[in-house]
Amino acid sequence: MSRRIYGPFNRVEGDLEVQVEIDQGIITSAWVNSPLYRGFEQILHGRDPRDALVYTPRICGICSVSQSMAAARALAAAMGLEAPENGRLASNLVLACENLADHLTHFYLFFMPDFAHRSYAGRPWHAAISARFRAQEGKAAGEVLPARAAFMHLTGILAGKWPHTLSIQPGGSSRPVEPREKIRLLQIAGRFRHFLERTLFGGDALEDVAAIDTLQALETWAENHAGSDFGRFLLVARDLNLHRIGRACDHFLSYGAYQEGERHHFAPGIWMAGKRHPLEPGAIREDVTHSWMQARNGPSHPLEGITLPVADKPGAYSWCKAPRLDGHPMETGALARQLIDGHPLIRGLVAESGGNVRNRVVARVLELALLVPVMENWIRTLRPREPFCVHASLPDEAESAGLVEAARGALGHWMRIRNGRILNYQIVAPTTWNFSPRDADGVPGPLEQALRGLAVGNNGHDAIAIQHVVRSFDPCMVCTVH
Amino acid sequence: MAEPLTLLWLQSGGCGGCSLSLLNAEDPHLYDTLALSNIELLWHPSLSEAGAGDFIALLEAITGGRQRLDILCLEGSVMRGPGGSGRFHMLAGTGRPMMEWIRELAGLARYTVAIGSCAAFGGITAAGVNPGEAVGLQFDGARRGGLLAEDWRSPGGMTVINVAGCPVHPGWVTDTLGQLALGELDDQELDEFNRPRSYTDHLVHHGCPRNEYYEYKASAEKAGDQGCMMENLGCLGTQARADCNIRSWNGGGSCIKGGYACVNCTAPEFDTPAHAFLETPKVAGIPVGLPCDMPKAWFVALASLAKAATPERLRRNAVSEHSEVPPSSGGKGT
Repeated sequence: MSRRIYGPFNRVEGDLEVQVEIDQGIITSAWVNSPLYRGFEQILHGRDPRDALVYTPRICGICSVSQSMAAARALAAAMGLEAPENGRLASNLVLACENLADHLTHFYLFFMPDFAHRSYAGRPWHAAISARFRAQEGKAAGEVLPARAAFMHLTGILAGKWPHTLSIQPGGSSRPVEPREKIRLLQIAGRFRHFLERTLFGGDALEDVAAIDTLQALETWAENHAGSDFGRFLLVARDLNLHRIGRACDHFLSYGAYQEGERHHFAPGIWMAGKRHPLEPGAIREDVTHSWMQARNGPSHPLEGITLPVADKPGAYSWCKAPRLDGHPMETGALARQLIDGHPLIRGLVAESGGNVRNRVVARVLELALLVPVMENWIRTLRPREPFCVHASLPDEAESAGLVEAARGALGHWMRIRNGRILNYQIVAPTTWNFSPRDADGVPGPLEQALRGLAVGNNGHDAIAIQHVVRSFDPCMVCTVH
Repeated sequence: MAEPLTLLWLQSGGCGGCSLSLLNAEDPHLYDTLALSNIELLWHPSLSEAGAGDFIALLEAITGGRQRLDILCLEGSVMRGPGGSGRFHMLAGTGRPMMEWIRELAGLARYTVAIGSCAAFGGITAAGVNPGEAVGLQFDGARRGGLLAEDWRSPGGMTVINVAGCPVHPGWVTDTLGQLALGELDDQELDEFNRPRSYTDHLVHHGCPRNEYYEYKASAEKAGDQGCMMENLGCLGTQARADCNIRSWNGGGSCIKGGYACVNCTAPEFDTPAHAFLETPKVAGIPVGLPCDMPKAWFVALASLAKAATPERLRRNAVSEHSEVPPSSGGKGT
């Protein structure tokens, strides 16, 4: 039995440390620590509620628009505002652009470079994968960086810049679109579609990739597209059995993504015991037993929550709180989103092997194929001479919430307004769920569970598997603790 | 070709947004830009292969004098809390506060560059009650002296170079690094807050697409309106030092082009205005902040004259999302 500390983890957003106990080459227990605390909840206290639009995106440079959107939703709920269709479409487009750019960045720059690691030098695919994906040197980066930057022009038009825009307002978007700009937006989306089809999907149309509906079909696709980047991943995943590592609690959570009228394009809900159930945000509690945070009497709903750091607290090992839904830790992210929405491939993969490294990556890549055509439709639906934003004044007293899906999962803002000022603002981010510490009952968070049972070699030097498991969640540590 | 300049990029009390903005660099893309400036990226938290042990070994090679470090970039503010201990950010895997790593490495690097307003001045992380006791590398807000003393100089003889912005424009970073690599960045190239003058000799107002509305004081009243945002919506573009409307963001954008106010994010203490960000504070109906270098009496006189002369077209379009009245035919206007 030995203990090891891993960190810092690079190619995740922010700082992360993981401590593991190893017995005969197998991890028997893991403790996940988010080592940075800044104090956004304290900064927001007493400010004009509209200032949340400036502060909260700056929690995170990679989920910036998601944070904007959650703040705008919470404000809209407090003001009783509903954005006109143009405003909703424009905001959805900016959010989708961020989420897809994040998926792309994760796949090419954060996740795949691990397979170029020296510990895989004996695998038959190692040379080819290294040439393509090695960090900073691989050929893929030279194609991906320009494609990503060009796709971001969509946000340049619709939101001024990325990250940290203020265009997403409670009543819609501050950026009306001119008729000619619709054409430009379609060109940007089309260019990104071509890049994905050519590079990631080996010449297949996005619609054909999105239609893959079983594991068998996915395997066949991989063999027929071995020269595509997604195909390369799938073949490596099969060789390394990436579907056998990183299984967590198999409870999944999605707040529902991209509002379209009364519904979401990807439906909200939870998934437990192999079935979908409705989402009850009232059942969310944050437990701080093992967090360096001041405790109250038991776990609190975020509307009642407090975030006050206590650096010396017995039993605490992370700045992260432990959110639980009905007492359960929940995994969130693209896999949860597509599982709950009912994509047949993802339903099939999870039925076969649960939440694991391969399935999380597949769900993310699948979203790239699913969403770009939807974005093209949204652009076509914009009505340039009609309103993009509606307005109302802010009430002196209100309680509200803004729930959205960031690339990496469920993000919630809860706000209480008194005398026209923020009395309390609480943020629960996707990686707060995924990388939470233990709760009062000693139940580990999803990543802590996902690492248990992982084979890492006798002295833990074979730690590359830990990297795969950690990165499969696409963690954002600066959101986790803020 | 000369030996490449080695660069180490660290992150502390920030959001990572400056790094993500840097990935938006175009023509050429980031890796080519660095290579063309003869800069070798030793390590960047989002981009490098080396993790955990390999990275700590690199830090030890630098502190042990076995690896030369030319440029240290810090993104995010220095976390001194709680109670000056630095425990709000311990560098993972080292059991040591990031604050101490930064201090030690800054003493070894030829140049230290603060990337973004957090690293330069404390920024958003130091807003309000500053719960993290966050501070900039060589400034605490607008006050000189941060983690490093007011008179601190790097081994290369420079103050900390403050590439301020929230986030930074990718070009502000790559231009500054390029100037360093050419050996053409000296004290004269920095402004009073040690920001590169390459972008702070401009105002956000320069190239503002709402210029005509500004001239006639035809003001926007609500988000999405086309008019000038200075009078009502909190826009600080006439005071903010940056070239955002000359150098485009993400292929052609800027805050103002996105339909919202400039919040002066390159300035120290932009993070905690005494009023709501998107509302202009006024005294007797006159905005408190005046355009840069403009005498107040003249501004008031010119503004009231301009308001009296505002064409109907601008008056109406200023409070509309779309142009309701097109410009009239040349020479036959009303």
